[in-house]
Amino acid sequence: MYSFEPTEEQKMLMDAVDRFAETDLRPAAHDAEETGGFEQKLIAKGWEMGVLQASIPETYGGFGDRSVVTGVLAAESMAWGDLAGTMAVMTPGLFTMPVLLAGTEEQKQKYIPPVIEGIWQPYSVALVEKSFDFDPNDLSCTAVLSGDEYVINGEKIMVPFAKESKALIVYASLEGKTKGFILPAGTQGVIITPEREKWMGLNALPFHSIKLDDVKLPKGNLLPGDFEPLLDSSRVAVAAMAIGVAKAAFEYSRDYAKDRDVFGVKVAQKQAIAFMLAEMATEIEAMRALTWEAAWMMDTGKPDASKQAYLAYMGSVDMAMMVTDRAVQILGGHGYIREHPVELFMRNGRGFAAFTGLAMV
Amino acid sequence: MIEFEVPEKITGILNVIETVAVNMMRPVARYFDENEHEIPWDYINFMHTATKGMGGSASMAPSTKKEGPRIAYQRLASMVEGLSWGDSGMYLCLPGGMLGSAAVTAAGTDEQKDRFLKRFSGDKPVFDAMCMTEPQAGSDTSAIRTSAVLDKETNEWVLNGEKIFVTSGHKALVDSQGFIVVWATIDKSAGRAGMRSFVVEAGTPGCQVTKLEHKLGIRASDTASIVLQDCRVPFENILGSPTVETTTKGFKGAMATFDATRPIVAAQAIGLARATLELVKEMLEERGVKIRYGLPRQKLTSIEKDVIDMEIQLRSAWLLVIKAVWMMDNGKPNSLESSMCKVKAGDVVNKITQKAVEIMGPIGYSREFLLEKWFRDAKISDIYEGTGQINRLVVARQILGYRSRDLS
Repeated sequence: MYSFEPTEEQKMLMDAVDRFAETDLRPAAHDAEETGGFEQKLIAKGWEMGVLQASIPETYGGFGDRSVVTGVLAAESMAWGDLAGTMAVMTPGLFTMPVLLAGTEEQKQKYIPPVIEGIWQPYSVALVEKSFDFDPNDLSCTAVLSGDEYVINGEKIMVPFAKESKALIVYASLEGKTKGFILPAGTQGVIITPEREKWMGLNALPFHSIKLDDVKLPKGNLLPGDFEPLLDSSRVAVAAMAIGVAKAAFEYSRDYAKDRDVFGVKVAQKQAIAFMLAEMATEIEAMRALTWEAAWMMDTGKPDASKQAYLAYMGSVDMAMMVTDRAVQILGGHGYIREHPVELFMRNGRGFAAFTGLAMV
Repeated sequence: MIEFEVPEKITGILNVIETVAVNMMRPVARYFDENEHEIPWDYINFMHTATKGMGGSASMAPSTKKEGPRIAYQRLASMVEGLSWGDSGMYLCLPGGMLGSAAVTAAGTDEQKDRFLKRFSGDKPVFDAMCMTEPQAGSDTSAIRTSAVLDKETNEWVLNGEKIFVTSGHKALVDSQGFIVVWATIDKSAGRAGMRSFVVEAGTPGCQVTKLEHKLGIRASDTASIVLQDCRVPFENILGSPTVETTTKGFKGAMATFDATRPIVAAQAIGLARATLELVKEMLEERGVKIRYGLPRQKLTSIEKDVIDMEIQLRSAWLLVIKAVWMMDNGKPNSLESSMCKVKAGDVVNKITQKAVEIMGPIGYSREFLLEKWFRDAKISDIYEGTGQINRLVVARQILGYRSRDLS
């Protein structure tokens, strides 16, 4: 059957996340972006929502089974509050989710519970590389088996919480295929660039680049599973967050347009603006449906799930750029001023094209 | 629970529809494009018999009284999508209840539904049509001039006026014992509140088809002009309330009809868009171009980017249609979703068919293939049942909480 109705449990989770997004994340977003970070207690509070924990089975310290649909619902809700804040809260998932999806039973038992049980702790990921046509399936970073060890060489950028992380999943090309490796902090040959990376947005997240110079990892640190489900997970997560940001931008510009006087009426009463808003709402709804379907296909193991996740990702990235750009346009000059959040939405809106790997559900 | 499994009852019917589309529509699609105003009777007669056998007609006014999960509109949208994949002009020739029936279902009494709709289950195919547009009134439906005056002596409504762009008007009035639903005003000074709809049956004196249009596309479907000259219909043929209220109830009847029919018209667009995309991919593959999914944008060819975007737009537009009919089936108000899916589907089918002709170059432009026909057929989806602009207006009012006087 077709249904667009979330379960009662999902609605409860979304309600909680919506509240956190509205009362905690959104009010903190501007200062976090300007000063370069969130207060730890805010991240901790977001972590206590249990979005990630709800998708980890009890055996590994969580309290639920993974549902991609639940994941995208929560990701959209939280990203509506603020993207960087959502990514900060969810960063440990970039470590646990690959272990859950591609790890051995032993790895899951060993690595997931310490992250999942208890407070938010920095565990992260190193995937992105510095090239214009970065392709997660075609990495420059390599892993070679040498005796009982993998030797990893390469450079990674956009590693969130790189300095403080207790461990990373680092992705490297092993015999031409992308594989994840568990990289504990302090491993020899890992050089973290001391200066933070500077990006157009996401200033509230500490990013660093890292160099991997003959890094030797035991055989047991390889996640043997395929990369494809991990990439799918990331693509729908990025799509869901793009939808959340777009929804935030749409609502803000809609409310502004209903309030702003122009030529004796509200600016929303002009078709030029009203039609922009109508198209924004329509495209958000369309991409949400596509992303939900991709998530449902992943949950039910449909053969075309990967393709659908890709389509949802590509479509949502374009949609988020269009919607956030229009939100700034609707506010006119005020949209260009950092007091209003739409310019940040727009910077984030463009970023989604480069955020693969920075979110997972 | 959020899910997207096509219900089994729909899958079964879709298999039949596909067989019809492949065997009875595609082979003659070009013929009926080039021989405008000829009627595809073989297909019509087959569909008339077959839909009765299938237990669910492709009527715009599906029965919603059945037991079990309500999927009547979901099934209808799926069937329309499947038939339009075959040929969207021929889909419009479907007998057994189109927009006129939808209006009867949305605004009529039980007695009227029984009296007007039972003719569709007879031996011969029967058609119906909706008459809204007039030479001076298109999207601004409240500007219609056709009048209905009650003759108290005979207790009859007397209709006068001219209607244009009536889909299947000729088939409803001349080629079968069908009916048309005519929108007219019973009180010009009351504006929208004075608007009512009237059923005019085939053979009623004073009702005449005066013209068949020559169109850009969907040529298998007749588009008629109808003149009403002192056309008398029984008092009981008025749909909804016979008195003018202070509210815009009459107008709302028409708008309620649109909530049900816009997703179906959107489904037509989607079927045509899917046909186009499938053919383009097939033609490209024959010529050694296979679309590589999963690559970053920077590594895609221009054609791959176009095709992938077509797929994104097609699928997401279809899901909006499904959502709108799912809401309809579940009794949820869907004015917003129904207009949204029409906006999106009207856009998408035009972008896809236009891009398809562009990508295939001279092959796309050639009448040897159907791409150029589909390009022409597509345009109507952004025009009828509310232009893209009118539907944007409806969506905008809904999301802004505005009434028509706030945003026009």
